[in-house]
Amino acid sequence: MLDLDAGKYALYVWPAFGISALVFVALIWTGLGFARKWRRKAEALAEQLAAVSQAPKS
Amino acid sequence: MIPAPAFLSNPERFMAFSRWAAPLFGLLAAGLGLAGLWLGFSAPEDYQQGDTIRVMFIHVPAAWLSLFAYMCLGGASFLSLIFRHALADAAARAAAPLGAAFTALALITGSLWGRPMWGTWWVWDARLTSVLVLFLFYLAYLALRSAMDDDAKSARAGAILALVGLVNLPIVHWSVTWWNSLHQGSSVFAKGGPAMPAVYLTPLLLMGLAYIAAFGSLWLVRIRGEVWRRRAEAAQARLAGA
Repeated sequence: MLDLDAGKYALYVWPAFGISALVFVALIWTGLGFARKWRRKAEALAEQLAAVSQAPKS
Repeated sequence: MIPAPAFLSNPERFMAFSRWAAPLFGLLAAGLGLAGLWLGFSAPEDYQQGDTIRVMFIHVPAAWLSLFAYMCLGGASFLSLIFRHALADAAARAAAPLGAAFTALALITGSLWGRPMWGTWWVWDARLTSVLVLFLFYLAYLALRSAMDDDAKSARAGAILALVGLVNLPIVHWSVTWWNSLHQGSSVFAKGGPAMPAVYLTPLLLMGLAYIAAFGSLWLVRIRGEVWRRRAEAAQARLAGA
């Protein structure tokens, strides 16, 4: 049976879990955001590079 | 010559592996974490610590991961320094923010446990101080890497700093043995087996595995981001020269 009543220690127990959850959310958010941002940029630049290399040289 | 792990020697192979491994580790972390939290909040109050025992289920894994992430940072830095391999450097760079976050969590949750149990938020105790030094090493590494534009120079300087910081790991681990410390000694990896009942040990180990899986997932995602960043910068340089 779950016991979610931390009694007189709730002031210490719940902030510890809350801060941990926030840090995990921040790590997931920033990590995925960082990877997504650079993947899009790399793919866009690779397309530009391919277009430049296929363009006829005058 | 020490062979670099095949995993680290080929970015294409790494990207193919991490594409499915990162979400898999993430799912594993969520499952183990939920099971650990369920058992942790089903366990009875400790006769001495009361409900604050539940903080241990997140404090101890965060402390383990603060050391484990630094070992990963040190190992990757060593490979980067010896083999000048870009993927090893990406792995080192990606481990640092995660290690800093886990160390901060260990310090904060430890402080929130210490206030009701020790009667203070902080003491300049050998274990607490050495973990604070570990946190400062992470911050110094991150600051150094972001302060230098040249990736090759930044990788070398960062790797040297990370390797110097490895000296602190045994100090953190054995600080409670070498000095008189307010912090308790090892309960899980104690000589003669774990010194805690199964009702607490099981959720603690599940949460430890969940934190390791979460670190694995987040690390792979960040390394992938680093690989994309380097590819983008290389493409940018080629476009500028075209």
